[in-house]
Amino acid sequence: MKKTVKIRYRPNSNGTSSIRLNFFSGYEIANGKRKAKRLIKTLPFHLITDPKTKDEKNQNELNIKKAKLLAKEWEKNLYKKTNNNGLIIDPKIPKGNLSEKWINHKSKINLVSPANKRQIDVIVVGTGLAGASASATLAELGYNVKTFCFQDSPRRAHSIAAQGGINAAKNYQGDGDSIHRLFYDTIKGGDYRSREANVYRLAEVSGNIIDQCVAQGVPFARDYGGLLDNRSFGGVLVSRTFYAKGQTGQQLLLGAYSAMNRQIGRGKIKMYNRHEMMDIVVIDGKARGIITRNLVTGEINRHSSHAVVIASGGYGNVFYLSTNAMGSNVSASWKIHKRGALFANPCFTQIHPTCIPVSGDHQSKLTLMSESLRNDGRIWVPKKLHDVKMIREGKLSPTQIAEKDRDYYLERRYPAFGNLVPRDVASRAAKERCDAGYGVNKTGEAVYLDFSSSIERYGKERALVLGLDENDTSLVMNLGKQVVKAKYGNLFQMYEKIVDQNPYETPMMIYPAVHYTMGGVWVDYNLMTTIPGCYAIGEANFSDHGANRLGASALMQGLADGYFVLPYTIGDYLSDDIRTGPISVDRPEFEKAEKYVRESLENLINKKGKNPVDFYHKKLGKIMWNKCGMSRNKNELKEAISEIKNLREDFHKNVKIPGKLNEFNEELSKATRVSDFLELGELFAKDALEREESCGGHFREEHQTKEGEALRNDKDYKYVSAWEFNKEPRKSVLHKEKLEYEEIEVKTRSYK
Amino acid sequence: MNLTLKIWRQRNSNSKGEMKTYKMSNVSPDMSFLEMIDVLNSKIISEGKEDPVAFDHDCREGICGMCSMFINGQAHGPDRLVTTCQLHMRKFKDGDTIVVEPFRANAFPVIKDLVVDRSAFDRIQQAGGFVSVNTSGNTQDANSIPIEKNDADKSFDAATCIGCGACVASCKNASAMLFVSAKVSQYALLPQGKVESKQRVLNMVKQMDDEGFGNCTNTGACEVECPKGISLKNIARMNSEYMASTLKS
Repeated sequence: MKKTVKIRYRPNSNGTSSIRLNFFSGYEIANGKRKAKRLIKTLPFHLITDPKTKDEKNQNELNIKKAKLLAKEWEKNLYKKTNNNGLIIDPKIPKGNLSEKWINHKSKINLVSPANKRQIDVIVVGTGLAGASASATLAELGYNVKTFCFQDSPRRAHSIAAQGGINAAKNYQGDGDSIHRLFYDTIKGGDYRSREANVYRLAEVSGNIIDQCVAQGVPFARDYGGLLDNRSFGGVLVSRTFYAKGQTGQQLLLGAYSAMNRQIGRGKIKMYNRHEMMDIVVIDGKARGIITRNLVTGEINRHSSHAVVIASGGYGNVFYLSTNAMGSNVSASWKIHKRGALFANPCFTQIHPTCIPVSGDHQSKLTLMSESLRNDGRIWVPKKLHDVKMIREGKLSPTQIAEKDRDYYLERRYPAFGNLVPRDVASRAAKERCDAGYGVNKTGEAVYLDFSSSIERYGKERALVLGLDENDTSLVMNLGKQVVKAKYGNLFQMYEKIVDQNPYETPMMIYPAVHYTMGGVWVDYNLMTTIPGCYAIGEANFSDHGANRLGASALMQGLADGYFVLPYTIGDYLSDDIRTGPISVDRPEFEKAEKYVRESLENLINKKGKNPVDFYHKKLGKIMWNKCGMSRNKNELKEAISEIKNLREDFHKNVKIPGKLNEFNEELSKATRVSDFLELGELFAKDALEREESCGGHFREEHQTKEGEALRNDKDYKYVSAWEFNKEPRKSVLHKEKLEYEEIEVKTRSYK
Repeated sequence: MNLTLKIWRQRNSNSKGEMKTYKMSNVSPDMSFLEMIDVLNSKIISEGKEDPVAFDHDCREGICGMCSMFINGQAHGPDRLVTTCQLHMRKFKDGDTIVVEPFRANAFPVIKDLVVDRSAFDRIQQAGGFVSVNTSGNTQDANSIPIEKNDADKSFDAATCIGCGACVASCKNASAMLFVSAKVSQYALLPQGKVESKQRVLNMVKQMDDEGFGNCTNTGACEVECPKGISLKNIARMNSEYMASTLKS
């Protein structure tokens, strides 16, 4: 594609010719199709059409020269805005100092008057922290909101399972925290692959979230003075994490759910439980509604709106085994991707270091043990292979291994951060030890998380406070267990129920598992996707966590997007829609979309093959985990791409779905989700293959230091990979959003 | 392990249901109860004679409250302080017969097999389960009102309710008092919730009655079966809140 400015002359009736600069600036994606975008600029001077005198000829020559110069200058500026493939991909980052961008942007964007908001409908898909908070806030502002979730109640969205806490730069502990430090930690934690302006804004609004949640009646943990308590999470050196035991996500989600309930009661939110979004409807290039399936009756419905917000979470379930809920899926994000939204950094996945290890083939999901446990738990494996062998054979218990025979490998390798290194680092270190043969369960895929030293430490402290004998071991241990129980009681109970071992007495066994996806739908600074009027918030988008997310930041981002960012930025877009009026669902675009949905569902259910949906999902998960998991290499990624493609083809030939379309049919719902995972998986592997560097959760074996640390390549890969859908995943087109850092120096990440 | 399952099968809310018997062999004691049903379902699908057993589930780590099931006469089965998804087969013995029914209550109509409609719970929350504060973020600083640790802890304990409906299913009156009182207590114990506590309890109790839940006769089955250990004291607190509100209004 040649991108030059052309000069065109057009004769006027008065004997002069106007000069126009014509630039084919690239293309936009509208309704899933490429649309050329031309920019035309008429210059403020003209030529004489038929020059006669020498003066006139000279004048013309001079003006042509001037036009050429202007054309060149324009060309230079325009090139900056288009990317390698000619797509116009503009993150729309406001100008000015980093710390003033959001304040200035908010005060300059367009608003919609309260009377006009009543004429505008917004659809929100998903009711996790992002979706619920956005629904509640948009309804409070006055928009008519329609909200959809596939669960039987909005309160069950998977944000509820978040355990450890939520970060905020409150500096209540006086330990040197600030907005800038939270911003810096997040960028560094993300291995310099996130967008600076978005992350700064996130840190900026973090404090408001805590104020807001307390006002809503969220019962955060408090100290004896009645003030809010904090703890530490991985990758930081301050205590900025607010928490409610190991159920922080639950409490925050119920807070957002209560705010939603208030609006449902007022009729400002119409809530659709047990409904799944099947497709987005784009009219004249703008998002104007969705098609849904009622999961109880099987009915297909059309819903129109002036904007669509996707808050449907991440796609960790592409691995089959993950800490995500069984129903968590990529479908809403994938549907909009196929209609023109770019999908960014799909290979950036977080593998969480502390999960309960896999116990057998029947396993349907993995359970997380909160990162907060690493505040007090120490991770180790035996130093001697002989001890490992004895443990696996059940002849030795971990408590019998002497202190000097234990390898606290995180403390050994990363003395500055110790057990609180970021998740990607901790996960890889666990894999390294297990690969070397030091894994402590039957399958050799587990390490110990040990609380005995903190039980003793806390016990002594309590004994002193209570004026008891700090040398009485059994008393100290008892007191210590009480303290640990108060902090992590529900997590210890959960562990005991699943593994049938008492973690107060014997160390927990843990192993890394897929937990969160940093990648997601590409959005600009306003959180809008490349489909005008379609937004993506929370885990569904890609913007804030780069290549690795720090603990307790997902809750922060979900609520920041929903409560404090989207409600402002969406108004700027909707201000153009105050005269649009209601959008009819009888438009041909709706009809076409509905027909497409019906046909693909009928296609699926009529297969009558031989394998159930889970058969394919498990197979896909195995490919993903073995070849696109904690470490990746070129050959295996290539294999993964073709294996997933074959598996997908087999799925569409041989899947067997019982039941009918027009009834409660869980297998059919699963099939629609897995069919999207089978496409995403291929793009995932393609993205991982393309990114020839190791950064954050993306570890390419070809790119590591002698010590086995990740080797980033800022020269060639300091960009966001934003993929454009093109018929099938392997043909997807890569677009690059260059990442520029104004405020911080890009450095090698070190936690040593 | 070899097991005999007797499972409630019902096509939809309009049709009649019945118990059906299934034989299961080679069940691993490390499986969760739902994983055992997964295995049964894949067997049913490959045999192709009938539809798999429909049941609600999502997070499978005991926090979302989506899974239900009345197992051998107990909500969430024989283990204590767990949901069905965290119940493991090691709690059963080889040769056991296990009876699986949906959560039964007039206010929870069956949708299919073991899936019931619990939207009545949502409607009770919509009637008053919130603090009427806007989400603008322009509230006072989070630490401006200290809250006694004891109250904050009790409020949190009440707030851990997952809204699964085990209390209703376990109650001979199908009462939702434990569920409603947990929310009422959470807010009544916090200064932020006190402001509208009078109206809240009246509205929520009214909605609870309108939905057709029964009354509380202090049997305490709900507390025993609650997977989150919500205390009966919350019902006492709600009763006193309710009394105070009716006397004041």
